[in-house]
Amino acid sequence: MSDTSVTSGNRVIRGGDRRTLIGTVLILILLGLAPQVIYPVFVMKLMCYALFAATFNLLFGYAGLLSFGHAAFWGAGAYLTAHAAKVWGFGPLAALGTGMVVAAALGTVIGLLAIRRKGIEFAMITLAMAELVSFIAHQMPFTHGEDGIQGVPRGHLFGLIDLGVPANIYVFVLCVFIFGMFVLWRTVHSPFGHVLRAIRDHENRAISLGYDVARYKLAAFVISAVIAALAGGTKTLVFQFAVLEDVSFHLSGQVVLMTLLGGIGRFYGPLAGAAIVVGLESFLATSSFPAPVITGFVFVLCVMLFRRGVIGELAERLKR
Amino acid sequence: MNTTMIVGQLLVGLINGSFYALLSLGMAVIFGMLHIVNFAHGALYMLGAFSAYLALHWFGINYWAALILAPLAVGLFGAVIERTMLSRLRTLDPIYGLLLTFGLTLILEGLFRYWFGSSSRPYPPPPELRGAVQIAGIYFPIYRLWIVGASLAVCLATWYFIERTRLGAYLRASTENAPLVQVFGVNVPLLVTLTYAGAAGLAGLAGVLAAPVFQVSPHMGSNLLILVFGIVVIGGMGSIRGAIVAGYALGIVEGLTKVIYPQGSYIVIFIVMAAVLLIRPSSYAAREG
Repeated sequence: MSDTSVTSGNRVIRGGDRRTLIGTVLILILLGLAPQVIYPVFVMKLMCYALFAATFNLLFGYAGLLSFGHAAFWGAGAYLTAHAAKVWGFGPLAALGTGMVVAAALGTVIGLLAIRRKGIEFAMITLAMAELVSFIAHQMPFTHGEDGIQGVPRGHLFGLIDLGVPANIYVFVLCVFIFGMFVLWRTVHSPFGHVLRAIRDHENRAISLGYDVARYKLAAFVISAVIAALAGGTKTLVFQFAVLEDVSFHLSGQVVLMTLLGGIGRFYGPLAGAAIVVGLESFLATSSFPAPVITGFVFVLCVMLFRRGVIGELAERLKR
Repeated sequence: MNTTMIVGQLLVGLINGSFYALLSLGMAVIFGMLHIVNFAHGALYMLGAFSAYLALHWFGINYWAALILAPLAVGLFGAVIERTMLSRLRTLDPIYGLLLTFGLTLILEGLFRYWFGSSSRPYPPPPELRGAVQIAGIYFPIYRLWIVGASLAVCLATWYFIERTRLGAYLRASTENAPLVQVFGVNVPLLVTLTYAGAAGLAGLAGVLAAPVFQVSPHMGSNLLILVFGIVVIGGMGSIRGAIVAGYALGIVEGLTKVIYPQGSYIVIFIVMAAVLLIRPSSYAAREG
């Protein structure tokens, strides 16, 4: 499932890295030029969701942990960033930081509970916990229930740069995206990441090699939660609201779809998946035909025929 | 807090529990046999309710006929799904089955919303079951009592079928060691298809029973699905008896929570579920080693 496997030797790993490097440069050029041709808000939305999907991929693709409630962290980031910016008057970075700190705490608690179980049970616990978070978001006064937090100010970066200016917010989101992806990249391509893959492929062997498996899983879970909150908070700064949809089960399902569609365990898989899902949805938004039917159809098609995802199939072709 | 209120909430809990039991029973059977968390179960339930509604409005088929025909139709649909899609995923990680059925749910709900809109539609209870009876000074609507009775009967019948009949024994044996059962000349793939179809039919039946109480809407299933999920886990992933008992019990617990802390009634199932998963190692975990 992964682009490079621990046991496949140095040559293969370096080959994979070179391709990913070319991919990275291409993606950065594309994202830099995109606002010239595509509606910038759409590209910003895409970057937020792609980063979010990448955090899910860290867990599922690299550590083999299917989190079925990942919206809890995105939502925590969205709500806390919104509240910090609007009510407490924090600047954009401090507001994002608030969301990430809360998500780190939340991720530690949920992670501690969930990693005690495997496979489908892990998925169920994360789902149950996310439902709890969604319930809290529904009940707490500061989230304003069905209305959500509206009219969140974007603020000034370092008190100087006005993020209300379209070009500024675009560059800001791009920087957040690059930062988030870099953190995930470092996590995956480090000894830590290799241990995660070892756990995914053969947990008992990893245990017998002396790794404290629970601690590795928990660390991966918390990193994933924090970056997911960063993505959610950034989305809040772009659209200037946080609503119940941000903690919904629907979103948790969608992030699974994005990752599956792009390619599980492929570093850029979630990016491609998010592009397709977000693109499809905004394309279908104007028609009366419900987007879920198409996404559902793509979902089924992926599971039946393209389990490697778009990037996975592409990489397979290139290898030949 | 007065007694009437508690008794009233108990009945509401028992009715909800009836649906939880019927749905989690089917889901547990599917999990036990196919090792798939059937995310489409809520959509199949919705399909049952819509079949009854459309049968009445298009062909004038009454409630009692729908009670037979709708589950058959949903069961047939389930058989098609199993044969064309799920059977091809058998050798893969069970997570793919979950993802596939999740996708199917999106399609089914989306299509029904496209065709019929999001608003819910009323379905009248049959004339024989209208009105209310007075027991010990409290009025009970007859249709609601019928739901509790009917679901209890169906649950018991299903339990008897799986635990006490020869076909049920094959079914249980196949969950343990399918190749061995195959050697004895049992057509295991057919058994699997029938299992999925049967469980889908149960969901369809629950849908028909629900139509006069909850009204018919494209999203009636997705609201229930995650709760039913929790109940299957509480009942011990794949345990038939566990699913039935947990279904009724959680319905009642939910009803009583409504008396004490109304907002908490939705979440109580998840709290119990998380607690059960963490405290007691389930049959599933034990089987997987």
